[in-house]
Amino acid sequence: MPVEGLKEIATALAIGLGALGPGIGIGLIGLGALEAIGRNPEAEGKIRTNMILVVAFAEAVAIYALVIALIIKFT
Amino acid sequence: MSSGIHISLAAEKLFQIGNIFWVTNSLLTSWLVILFLIIFSYLTARKMSLVPGYLQSIAEITVEGIWNLFSTILQDRTKTFFSLIATYFIYIISLNWAGLLPGVGTIGLEMVEEGHKVFVPLFRSGTADLNTTLALAIIAMLIIQFSGLKTLGLNYLKKFINLSSPIMFFVGILELVSEFSKVISFSFRLFGNIFAGEVLLTVIAFLMPVFAPLPFLGLELFVGFIQALVFSMLTAVFLSLATVKSEH
Repeated sequence: MPVEGLKEIATALAIGLGALGPGIGIGLIGLGALEAIGRNPEAEGKIRTNMILVVAFAEAVAIYALVIALIIKFT
Repeated sequence: MSSGIHISLAAEKLFQIGNIFWVTNSLLTSWLVILFLIIFSYLTARKMSLVPGYLQSIAEITVEGIWNLFSTILQDRTKTFFSLIATYFIYIISLNWAGLLPGVGTIGLEMVEEGHKVFVPLFRSGTADLNTTLALAIIAMLIIQFSGLKTLGLNYLKKFINLSSPIMFFVGILELVSEFSKVISFSFRLFGNIFAGEVLLTVIAFLMPVFAPLPFLGLELFVGFIQALVFSMLTAVFLSLATVKSEH
């Protein structure tokens, strides 16, 4: 197992695998929001506000992975 | 000639006040942003007239927009918490956008550190420093706990220490842990978004300085706005959850 270059692999794996879950999650949130707007176009404002809130929660998990990747790379 | 990109996770220290207080470049930028906000509010509120002038219209649009946005979340308690939420929103969005100004991250000094020369930028976005975001998150959480205690009295602690059944006791412990995890998630969400944006802009400007940074600058403007919105909206949501009066 080569020792040099392990740090780069760790960085890439951290953010690569860490973005899988939130990517799917944000897609599902968008799906739910668009279906809801299609069913009830009047409530578009409320649905949009809540969608942005929940997307921020899901994206935060990807940001945790990104911060770990940055910490591995720069220290 | 600086070699390669200069990216540092922690904010770089500039100079020392007294014997123990280090001023970092993100602290310097935060001070400048605060100064700008104070001067702006002073100039706006100096002569308030019924028919608003230019500066006053901008301030009114901002305040009214934030009020309308948050009055849907905190229905009748908007007035109590508005100053906190609006301050968070305006402060965080100003700090985020200040990191996009030309000169931030590029104007700097050459300092000698541990024997070799190192380039230290003079300005850095305030929220790209984990200390700032952690401080904002801790203050938000403390105010939420304090408001909960103030509105509900000591019954607020029944949310965390629930002795009615073993399952509810476990749920109470989980609630306690989730309060601490909220601090971590608030601070890391804001820090990660803004710091990653800065790294992205640095790398893109290093690779192709002429036209490529434009869409990324637009993305960073959007992300700065959304992160400020999410921070203040989540604080508002948790505040309204903590101060809900139980109707019996």
